[in-house]
Amino acid sequence: MKNNYSSRLLEEAIDEFSKLPGIGKKSALRLVLYLLKQDRKEVEQFGNTILRIKKEIIQCEKCHNISDTRLCPICSDPYRDQQLVCVVESIRDVISIENTQQYHGLYHVLGGIISPMDGIGPSDLTIHSLEERVRQEDIKEIILALSTTMEGDTTNFYIYKKLHQYPVKITTLARGVAIGDDLEYADEVTLGRSILNRTRFEDTFHTNQ
Amino acid sequence: MYLKSLSLLNFKNYEQVDIPLSEKINCFVGENGVGKTNILDAIHYLSLCKSSMNPVDTQNILHERDFMVIQGIFVRKEKEENIFCSVRHQKKKQFKRNGKEYDRLSEHIGLLPLVMISPNDTELINGGSEERRRFINGVIAQYDNLYLENLIQYNRALSQRNKLLKDFNASGRFPPDLLEVWDEQLIRYGIPVHEARTKFIERMIPVFREYYQMVSGGKEQVSLKYHSQLNSRDFPSGIRKSLEKDRVLQYSTFGIHKDDLDMQLEDYPLKKVGSQGQQKTYLVALKLAEFEFIRQTMTIPPILLLDDIFDKFDEFRVKQIIKLVAENNFGQIFITDTNENRLFDILKEIPADHLVYKIGPEGEIKELKN
Repeated sequence: MKNNYSSRLLEEAIDEFSKLPGIGKKSALRLVLYLLKQDRKEVEQFGNTILRIKKEIIQCEKCHNISDTRLCPICSDPYRDQQLVCVVESIRDVISIENTQQYHGLYHVLGGIISPMDGIGPSDLTIHSLEERVRQEDIKEIILALSTTMEGDTTNFYIYKKLHQYPVKITTLARGVAIGDDLEYADEVTLGRSILNRTRFEDTFHTNQ
Repeated sequence: MYLKSLSLLNFKNYEQVDIPLSEKINCFVGENGVGKTNILDAIHYLSLCKSSMNPVDTQNILHERDFMVIQGIFVRKEKEENIFCSVRHQKKKQFKRNGKEYDRLSEHIGLLPLVMISPNDTELINGGSEERRRFINGVIAQYDNLYLENLIQYNRALSQRNKLLKDFNASGRFPPDLLEVWDEQLIRYGIPVHEARTKFIERMIPVFREYYQMVSGGKEQVSLKYHSQLNSRDFPSGIRKSLEKDRVLQYSTFGIHKDDLDMQLEDYPLKKVGSQGQQKTYLVALKLAEFEFIRQTMTIPPILLLDDIFDKFDEFRVKQIIKLVAENNFGQIFITDTNENRLFDILKEIPADHLVYKIGPEGEIKELKN
């Protein structure tokens, strides 16, 4: 597509917007034209917010979640269980688990999972800092909540190997048939694994308060 | 279980055809190159989600067309199953059962079991060990869904481990704990694959031998052996022992990805001592044993595709194969042949309902009555 824009600045703005994920040239043009129509004040605020997210948002020094302060609101919340740490891949997973409102412990954001084919090794992740936390804080339980993929499992293994020398309980998310699923339509691999890793019935009614 | 009708749109040499089928025997006759095998390949698609010949889906689309559709109405457990497969350039392959699209193709595999005997089977003898593993995988995957999943995971862990070995070599650093976690994954997924393969071969051997004797007239002894590094050494110690070698070669040398089948005739490798006829007999017996195995395991006779198998066989062997097919509880059969007369002679021997189609040079299909 050859574009003849009447303004160089317009073209530059479109180039910048189209670098964003999921935004093509046409959407970029639409967004830029929309901004042009807005009040100057609105656009200034928009621009400043974007500058500030890069300048001011920092990583929580404890859990590596994003934060405005050295310690994020979750880590500094005195009502949360400080002895429980849930290990997740990314900030988005923190948001998902927070939305369930079922978890009141702390987090540890790894920043990815081990995958040699993507060039990601343990040193690219915050595994070392997790080990430090286990050593220094009074943590009783680590919950591994990574994706149920081969790479997620391998990362779980790796973390387990690093941590099992410490007096901390290491658990992982339960895997099985989704709630509300008809068995008939459950995918066979999940169903097969659920049968193999079945749980005691007594244990199921403590968790469903 | 049987295929009641088959419809093709822009599939290989067929622009558009609808073929009603017999519950028992369906034959396609015609000269070489008119597209007999393509009909069987379409049925292969509906059962196993892929071509038996060309792994690139879009290359099966009729030239200069955008898409292809294969649709079949099966009758399974007295219920109609409408299976729909479409391939479009630069799009994901679509697979639907009764209008509902599958999330994963592996969910479909095994629903409509199928065994194909074709001239390409010689690859099992002449090709690399990968061909023989593919054969084993293809059979087990039809009745054991976890097998396929374990295998996929195993291969993924294997790629990761191999990449790591290369990275180690490039960086000169070698942290063993990093490799160990991948070893654990190979062990975890590899062991059940090895067990499933062992069980499968063990159960198949007696049937295979019996079939070989029947087809050949009982002259030679044949054997089939499952060869695996895991037969003599358990996975954890094997992978530990091969560590140094793996480091030097920069890939994993121990595991089920090295498995093979030893095919022997009178204790010698079939590839070296077998005549063309003996090799072909071996393959037919192997495939018929596969059929019998699936039939017993799944309690449903698979669809049997016989692609040009009577060629190069003497009259005795052809008769024996037919006898086997007619006497056993075979389900629906599809046969292709270039020789009309031979085919009608064969059909006379089988007391079952049949349909014969003649395919013309332009791919036109018409029914033949004898």
